[in-house]
Amino acid sequence: MWDTIFPYLLSGISVGGQYALIAIGYTMVYGILRLINFAHGDVFMVAGIIMVYIAASGLPVWISVLLVLIITALVGFVIERVAYKPLRTAPRMSVMISAIGVSYTLQNLVLYITGGLNKQYPAIPVISDSVKIGSATTKVVTIVTPVLVILLVVGLVMLINRTKIGMAMRAVSKDFETAQLMGIKINSVISTTFVIGSFLAGVGSVLYFTNYPTVIQTSGAMPGLKAFVAAVFGGIGSIPGAVIGAFIIGIMENLIKGLDVILFKAGAISRPLGLAIFSDAFTFALLIIILVVKPTGLFGEKTTDKV
Amino acid sequence: MKTKSRKPAVLTWVIVAAVYAAVFAAEQILPPSSMLFTVLKKGATYALVAVSMNLLNGFTGIFSLGQAGFMLIGAYVYGIFTIPVESRPVVYQYYEGGLIQFTVPVAVALILAGLAAAFFALLIGLPVLRLKSDYLAIATLGFAEIIRVIVQWDPMGPITNGANMLRMFPSFNDFNIRDAEGNVTLYLSTLVPFLIAGICIGLIVLLLHSGYGRALKSIRDDEIAAEAMGINLAHHKRLAFCISSFFAGIGGAMLAMYQTTVQAKFFTTAMTYEILLIVVIGGVGSVTGSVFSSFLFVAASEWWLRFLDEKQMIGNFEVPLLRNGFRLVVFSIIIMVVVLFFRKGIMGTRELPDLFRRKRKEAAK
Amino acid sequence: MKKIAMIVLALILALSCAAMAVAEDLPVVKIGVFEPASGDSGAGGKQETLGVQYANRVAPTVKVGDTEYKVELVMADNGSSADKAPSAAQKLVSENVSIVLGSYGSGVSIAGSEYFKNANIPAIGLTCTNPQVTAGNSHYFRVCFLDPFQGTVLANYAFKELGAKTAYCLGEAGNDYDQGLIKFFQEAFTGLGGMVYTDSFQTNNSDFTSFLSNAQMYGADLIFCPVSIAYSTQIVSQAASQGISIPVLGGDTLDSNVVAAAAKGTSIDLIVTTFYQEGANAEFDNGFKAWLAEDAEALTNNGGNDMIAGVTCMGYDGYMTALAALQAAGSIDSAAVMAALPAVEIDGVSGHIAFDETGDAIRTSAFVKKANNETGDWEFVAEQTVE
Repeated sequence: MWDTIFPYLLSGISVGGQYALIAIGYTMVYGILRLINFAHGDVFMVAGIIMVYIAASGLPVWISVLLVLIITALVGFVIERVAYKPLRTAPRMSVMISAIGVSYTLQNLVLYITGGLNKQYPAIPVISDSVKIGSATTKVVTIVTPVLVILLVVGLVMLINRTKIGMAMRAVSKDFETAQLMGIKINSVISTTFVIGSFLAGVGSVLYFTNYPTVIQTSGAMPGLKAFVAAVFGGIGSIPGAVIGAFIIGIMENLIKGLDVILFKAGAISRPLGLAIFSDAFTFALLIIILVVKPTGLFGEKTTDKV
Repeated sequence: MKTKSRKPAVLTWVIVAAVYAAVFAAEQILPPSSMLFTVLKKGATYALVAVSMNLLNGFTGIFSLGQAGFMLIGAYVYGIFTIPVESRPVVYQYYEGGLIQFTVPVAVALILAGLAAAFFALLIGLPVLRLKSDYLAIATLGFAEIIRVIVQWDPMGPITNGANMLRMFPSFNDFNIRDAEGNVTLYLSTLVPFLIAGICIGLIVLLLHSGYGRALKSIRDDEIAAEAMGINLAHHKRLAFCISSFFAGIGGAMLAMYQTTVQAKFFTTAMTYEILLIVVIGGVGSVTGSVFSSFLFVAASEWWLRFLDEKQMIGNFEVPLLRNGFRLVVFSIIIMVVVLFFRKGIMGTRELPDLFRRKRKEAAK
Repeated sequence: MKKIAMIVLALILALSCAAMAVAEDLPVVKIGVFEPASGDSGAGGKQETLGVQYANRVAPTVKVGDTEYKVELVMADNGSSADKAPSAAQKLVSENVSIVLGSYGSGVSIAGSEYFKNANIPAIGLTCTNPQVTAGNSHYFRVCFLDPFQGTVLANYAFKELGAKTAYCLGEAGNDYDQGLIKFFQEAFTGLGGMVYTDSFQTNNSDFTSFLSNAQMYGADLIFCPVSIAYSTQIVSQAASQGISIPVLGGDTLDSNVVAAAAKGTSIDLIVTTFYQEGANAEFDNGFKAWLAEDAEALTNNGGNDMIAGVTCMGYDGYMTALAALQAAGSIDSAAVMAALPAVEIDGVSGHIAFDETGDAIRTSAFVKKANNETGDWEFVAEQTVE
């Protein structure tokens, strides 16, 4: 039984870690701006495309990766300045529409640049190699991902709890206007949030596309949505919550892909039911259930609406 | 005073009648292969869907992103009940001809499509409508994704044909009247979608002008105040959600007629986003704006901006940047400009009759 | 604001004038190319289009009746997706093409079919192998073989030559090509006494690791995945990194240098059936390669090297069939071309082409190819026929 489930768990942990890195960006932005940054998944995809083109220019891989992370952070910064900052006082729906507009723009831009064709993601030495663990063979990146995620999250939590900018972030997410009155430079705090979020999405993209090495303009949409669900599941605004939510979603989705086999092997069904198709839908069902049962998620804080 | 304010309404009716007459005339005169008719048919379909979305997002203040899901339900119900029985073994080739072995008339199927979508809206609305703005958006979006997968699931095959295409159902072209040899004697393939969309949009406008409509607007403007005034929030929201979905369902059925084939994987979130952007360009809270921008959007994407996707030469000079996909880039930039700088869209919250009122005022000055 | 509007307007006017100014001495006959240039099948569609373009270079004019016509190709990108296909088809109809070639992928062909039918324009399917494309249609023809044939060939080969007893089939949900071919393969394979397990993945899926685990768990000794190039490259490379050693089998879509390149440097046995084997017609091979050598864009569209895909050859043959139909009709009127098509016969690069009563080319053999794991080239294995 364990041998049957193990490969799916392994895939799940790996992809869960990659969702986690995207989810952190969602949860931080939502914590501060109360905005679902619909374009975040596309930033993740853009990071993948940038890597394809930088690596094709012949630069050494490690420099390429570094460049990708820097450019991705910059993309996040620019998006915030161009598309969200002018709408600071506008109704929330306008900002969300702007986010959808950015998502649409990024996808179309990449469609134009790539000609709408899949691009092969470059192989990164060491983490692209295969390795055998127990009953499964996988890429090194599968093991690297959870470790890296934990390190980054610990670093991030320290940043938020120990540094001045972290304190400012916490203040802004608690109360936007009061923080402003206290002399916190709102705009630079928001920009920092976007830079950090995009940087992590960049890291996530390197790991994700090493595992699934093709990039197309729609590559970011599904991982983006799933990461958002993870953020809601864990309690939006909570970084550990987002990470745990992401791992749960990653694991569940892969278990569902293998559910037919698991049930078949356990003797519960005599022929496959085609349940694998529900792997994405399950994530959304989980979302609706959690929203209805416990809208604040696993670790979310209770907020009260002021009249 | 009263006679004065009636004039814009009369003018509006005249314009609407003129548009219908023009559509009818154009169809008899111009060759049916003209791109104009594609734009008109698809535009009419999108107009209905956009107005139905506007009813929720613009007039009631419920930010729903489930439109594609309700369209899917409508399109499937229409397809399932209208595919001729003799064609079913071909369409349902992997499911031995499917389970349903009867058809209903097109008009009945359209209403069924709407009702089915409204029914699902009622089901999903019970838990979801309690949520606040962006949570509601993401929950409805998730619902659309779930419905898409359920339709594709293999055991659903005898009814939905699984993930495979539904086709061979009556399309817009079947509204043309033909003689015995199959030659078209009267072209109606564009007028009929205009009529369907027109009637549905008319009903929505009537609803908006009723007491219900005013209640919905008050919910949008201030939920708490509306509740204090004695408006039953849950009831009104649910009603708006179901009505919007009803018309989205009919819109989905129309899209099926336009496309001539239906497949669950068309109805992605990208489709919802596209409709939302149409609503925004037209003006959130304006029926006229949504209708107008639907035609503009479809015409630009299918017809006027097509040249951006192909190499163009001016003499020996090749215009740079033009290649596959450029049209969409230009499009996105226009949309971002509208979203950021012209937040009211084309019409803001004004309607067609309002335009004449303003003109008259200016003239009076 | 007004100024900008004026400039834009002027530019549009200038462009449209420029487009009109390019007038030729010869009258023009238009052939529509209904192919994906973007999306999952974009890479394959481009290779197929290359065949048409090359044929257009070889035979740029056609003599219809007593008049010499210049052949103009009108491209329409159907985006590999059945919801974008209608507007692409409508574009060709509005350009008044005499005949349509395409498409790569059966689903888009079916989705575009009604539009051609309503406009009385005949279409020649190049590599859409699903029987549904031509069944019950008098306007859709096809130059390639069909899935019942291909599925049987593959099943026979898998069972008899590879000795496979259990096959794992993986296709994209709702893709007519994938699902159709899998169905026919399954029928033939179980008929021979084999066992088949199937799975479907959602469009845009990129994580195949769990599906590949499924194949291992079922104890399959063969993976059959007749999917688009975009997915098949991922399946092959992910299978390699999961250390899977069972052979991967595919249909004609996998016959692309891009897919063979994915198998390079791995130990995956990648086997496909296809329409054409490089080397069968030296004149075509050399001419095509010479063109790629001088046209950088064409070389890029072919995936960066000059290996010839089966679909390219079908594009070439389809174009030549269209010219023959125009000549036989003696008119560029699409209805006349449609009437002439059933009787058209040519000797194509891929073999003799003649249509049966459904409008399908009569084909009795398919080529089996295997990817060379060291060079990333396709190697000829066998020519298979089904009695």
